[in-house]
Amino acid sequence: MTVISSRPSSPNSNDAPRLITAPPLLRAKGLRKTYGRIVAVDEVSLEVYPGEVMGIVGESGSGKSTVLRLLNLEEPADVGAYTLDIPDYAGVNLFTLERFARRMVQIQHIGIVYQNPYLGLRMRYTSSGNVAERLLITGERRFSTLREAARSWLAASEFPLDRMDDPPRKLSGGMQQRVQLAKAIALKPRVLLLDEPTTGLDVSVQALVLDTLKRLQRELHLAMVLVSHDLGVIRTLADRVLVMRGGRVIESGLTDQVLEDPQDAYTQQLVHAKL
Amino acid sequence: MNRLAALAAPRQDYSYAFLDAYAKRELRRRTLKAIAIPGYQVPYASRELPIARGWGTGGLQVTLSLVGPESIVKVIDQGADDSVNAANLRRFIARMSGAQTTTDALKATIIQSRHRIPEEILREYQALVLQVPDPEPLRAVESNSSRAHEMHAEADYGQMWLVLYEQLVRYKQYIQGASYPSLVNGRYVISPSPIPRWDTPKLHQSAHLTLLSAGREKRLYAVPPYTDVYPLEFDDIPFQVEDQRGWVCAITGVKNKFMNEIPQPDGTSTYELSDTGYMEKVAPADATRTEPPGATYYDEQGNFYHDGYLKPPIQPEL
Repeated sequence: MTVISSRPSSPNSNDAPRLITAPPLLRAKGLRKTYGRIVAVDEVSLEVYPGEVMGIVGESGSGKSTVLRLLNLEEPADVGAYTLDIPDYAGVNLFTLERFARRMVQIQHIGIVYQNPYLGLRMRYTSSGNVAERLLITGERRFSTLREAARSWLAASEFPLDRMDDPPRKLSGGMQQRVQLAKAIALKPRVLLLDEPTTGLDVSVQALVLDTLKRLQRELHLAMVLVSHDLGVIRTLADRVLVMRGGRVIESGLTDQVLEDPQDAYTQQLVHAKL
Repeated sequence: MNRLAALAAPRQDYSYAFLDAYAKRELRRRTLKAIAIPGYQVPYASRELPIARGWGTGGLQVTLSLVGPESIVKVIDQGADDSVNAANLRRFIARMSGAQTTTDALKATIIQSRHRIPEEILREYQALVLQVPDPEPLRAVESNSSRAHEMHAEADYGQMWLVLYEQLVRYKQYIQGASYPSLVNGRYVISPSPIPRWDTPKLHQSAHLTLLSAGREKRLYAVPPYTDVYPLEFDDIPFQVEDQRGWVCAITGVKNKFMNEIPQPDGTSTYELSDTGYMEKVAPADATRTEPPGATYYDEQGNFYHDGYLKPPIQPEL
C-alpha cells in the first residue's frame, strides 16, 4: 500500500514530495474503549507512516485523549488491535503483551508529551534528571553518559542549558514542555505522542515550541500523533487529520483538505467556530 | 486460699524461647525462603512480644526462632553491648532460652544487632540478625507498596539510580549515610537496615549468614553466606565509605575502625570505637583477660579485606 505524503519522508530530500513505500509504522484498527456505560472511543482506526504527523481534533470529551492513552499503552482497548512496526514486536497486537514487555515497548519506542507537565515530569527532581531517567530505566549506569545525554537532548529541544539542573517546578510553562519533549525523545522513539502540547502557553511561546517540534520531527524522522483542539496547531504541524466527535471519527483526510473544505457538518462548524 | 488455688488453671510457664511452636515454625520456614531467594522480602506474621514494635521485635523474633540452649548470644545496639535496649534484649533471650551470652563477636553463634556489623570478620556458622525499621528500599521513590512490589518483581530499579544522580548533581557525592541500598546476588535491591556505609561492604561474600527482619513492617530477608552484595553506584563514580581518616580512638589509640564522634565542651571532638566488644578486646578493662582481637574487615591502614571492592574516590564532572 502506498500513499502520497505531503511531507518529505527523509531529512535529505527536503522539498520534493515523493511516494512513501514504507509500511505504516503505527497501525490501530477498530479501537473501542468503554468506561462503564460511557463509550469513550468507538471504531477508531488510524495508520501513521514513518515521518508523518497525524493530527486528531475534536471538542472536549470527544475521545481524543483516550485514543492517545490507548496508543501510549497506558490501558488496553476493549476491542481492537494496535501494532507498531518495531523490531521484535512487528505484527504483534501490543494490547496483548504482558506488563513487562508492554512497559519496555512504551519506554523504548513511544515518547509522550502531556498537556499537564505534572503528568510527565518529576517536579522535585532536576530537569536533567528527568531526561536521564529514561536512559536509567534501560540500564545506562555511567554518570558521564547520562549527563551528556541529558545535555544534548535538552539542547535539542532548545532548553537553556544553564538551567538544566533546576527542578521543573521552578521553570516556566514553555520550558517545562521543552523538558517533557527532551525526555520523550531521549531514547529516540519511533513514535511521539503529543497531548495538547502547547495548550496553556501564550501565543509567542506556543509558536517557539511548535517550531522546535517541527524541527525535531524533521531531524529525527518521527511519526507523531498530535491531539489538539487548536486548529492553528494542527494546521502548522499535521499532514493528515482525524476529526472526532462522541468517540467516533467523523472525518479524515489531508489537513489542508479537511480544514479548507470540510465535508461533515460538525467539521464545518468546528472550522468556522471563532469567539 | 487453698480452694482458690485449686480452682485456678494450673500455672504454665512460657513456651521455650517465648514464642509458641507454630510461630517458631512459621519463622523458620520464612527464614529458609528468605535464604533461598537472597534479598527477597518474605512477609511473615509478626507476633506480639513483651517489647514495643520498633524496638527490635523483628530481630528478636528471628533470634528466638534460632536460639537453643547451646547457643551463645551477643546483642549489639549501635555498636554497644551495654546500652539499655541491648541489655534488655540479651537478658530476655537468655532467660527464655537458657542460652549463654557474650560480648565477643567471634564466640557468639547468634549476633542480634541494631545499626552495626562487628569490626571483626565473622566466620561460617555464625548468624547475624539485623533489626530493620524500614525494609523497603523503594519507599523513598514509590510510596505505593503494591507498586513497589511490582517494581521488585520486574527489577525496575532505575529510579534508585535517579536518586543517586540527583545527589551527584546537587552535592557531587552520594549522600545516603546509613541504610545504603545494595544489590544482592545481582537481583534484588535491599535496604541493609541503618548500618553505616562503613558496614555495607561487609555483607559482600561474607562467611556468615545475615538475616534482616522488620517486626513492624512484617518483612524478613536474608543475605546468605558467600553472596555478592554491591552498593548501588554509577560505573564511573564509585561508592565511598565514611571518611574517618585521622580519627584516633581516645581510649585504645586504634585507627581506621568505625568511630563515634564525641563533642567536647571546648568545641572540638574526640573519637572512640563504636564497637565496644572490639574495644574490650583491644584494651581490656580487666588486665587478666587477654583475648587477642581477631582479624578485622578493615586493616590498620583502612584497606578493606576484599581487595579492589572499594575504589578510590572520583569527583563527578557536571
